Amino acid sequence: MMSLYRRRRLGNQIVLGLSLLATGIGLGWLAVILGTLLYKGASGLSLSVFTEMTPPPGSDGGLLNPIVGSLILTTIAVAIGTPIGILAGTYMAEYGRFSRITYVVRFINDILLSAPSIVVGLFVYEIMVAPMGHFSGIAGAVALAILVVPVVVRTTEDMLALVPKELREAASALGMPLAYVIGKVSYRAARAGIVTGILLAVARISGETAPLLFTALNEQFFSANLNGPVASLPVVIFQFALSPYKEWQQLAWTGALIVTLAVLFLSIVARALASSRKTS
Amino acid sequence: MSMASVHSSTPVPVVSHATESGALEDKVTVRKLNFFYGSNRALKDINVSLYTKRVTAFIGPSGCGKSTLLRILNRVYDLYPHQRAEGEVLLDGKNILTPGQDLNLLRARVGMVFQKPTPFPMSIYENIAFGVRLYERPNKADLDTRVEQALRRAALWDEVKDKLSANGLSLSGGQQQRLCIARTVAVKPEVILLDEPCSALDPISTAKIEELIDELKDDYTIAIVTHNMQQAARCSDYTAFMYLGELVEFDTTSKMFTTPSDRRTQDYITGRFG
Repeated sequence: MMSLYRRRRLGNQIVLGLSLLATGIGLGWLAVILGTLLYKGASGLSLSVFTEMTPPPGSDGGLLNPIVGSLILTTIAVAIGTPIGILAGTYMAEYGRFSRITYVVRFINDILLSAPSIVVGLFVYEIMVAPMGHFSGIAGAVALAILVVPVVVRTTEDMLALVPKELREAASALGMPLAYVIGKVSYRAARAGIVTGILLAVARISGETAPLLFTALNEQFFSANLNGPVASLPVVIFQFALSPYKEWQQLAWTGALIVTLAVLFLSIVARALASSRKTS
Repeated sequence: MSMASVHSSTPVPVVSHATESGALEDKVTVRKLNFFYGSNRALKDINVSLYTKRVTAFIGPSGCGKSTLLRILNRVYDLYPHQRAEGEVLLDGKNILTPGQDLNLLRARVGMVFQKPTPFPMSIYENIAFGVRLYERPNKADLDTRVEQALRRAALWDEVKDKLSANGLSLSGGQQQRLCIARTVAVKPEVILLDEPCSALDPISTAKIEELIDELKDDYTIAIVTHNMQQAARCSDYTAFMYLGELVEFDTTSKMFTTPSDRRTQDYITGRFG
């Protein structure tokens, strides 16, 4: 009997060791990536990065136009994608909870969720860039919005589905019309989770390059004209990192660091919100 | 002469007690009620009455259909597909099972408190004011009064009067349940349905809620589902015993707990099964 127990203890320790090793490998790569980014990117961080335009090859400059461009594109994408996502998620979790169409929509949404973003870029190229005859910021925003929608649909539906059915029954039992039950009770109960979903969607699109290459392309100068090409951080990083020029490569590292820190910040906020939901 | 008047062939004995407050009126009359979860028949030809301003307890083993019956009386089952009721449920003589029945108006008249406390994720004050505002537009002062009255009715005012803006979820389980009762009372329903309201509560909270039920019956018609036989004996005027989807016996509580006429009722009450 003791030998059986000892064998179990040994087995436990082996599995524990393997688990720690796997965790270490995962975290290790993350640390190496972050470390490299910090080392290569931080040396290029200065005020001029945020105040100057992207330079021509061989001279100094900053990342003002891609930073502003990314902010504009992301904001528009979220403004387009979030209402669609929340409304669709609300239909699926509340009105159409038991209907067949909900299963179909959920299945298609899951496909969209895992669709390669380059496909989305090509799609928007076909429906917007080609007919318009030129690249444009608005096409880029639409491509990003298409990536926002499935994330928001999914989190909204999941978070609303977590609202206990007793709460809905109790609200209905007061004589509350369904729209009120959803707006005043379900949304309130699921609010932190839904906001978390939006933040995660923002984090997802802030690093997307492929859909923007086919749509917003790039612009060397400051441009808030959404009917023409607009610079964005991921595309600038892509272009500059592949270039032979030292200044451009440095700016690419710095841009990558900025994107990473922004996404990290959003993820932390999302996490904090999600945990505050549990304790409230 | 018959108070526990029976409206059909179900073998429920006619009671000949006279109660202290004279004639009894049916507030809710259930006639030949059948209920289906999909194709599963959960209630079989139920006939029973809730008398105006009386407390009626529904007892019986788990799965006998007592909660199902309660959920028909305000049609909360209608939130789910594949659930279907047949027969008649008359509220003040009008059938509420007709397709034309406005469910929100019905539920404003027939309030319900659930097994699990269900405070809304908002302040204590808002939990109550919210329901009031659904059908009325009181000014701030009137609304304050309504909230206070409701909380006093639910014996919760003294415990929360200094923290009305605190989240309803921050209260203890017993307080949350009393908040839910206050919320239900505040919209001034005519009937209150209590679905095992004390099953998640400690004995002290339970005692408070039972006292409350006793006070509320001055103004409301009450139906309570309970697993606790002492509770049924303590706080109800009439008791219905249900078993396997049938209403076995319905009578005054004192008769049901002393001289039940059906063998199954007696077995259940004396703890021989269930």
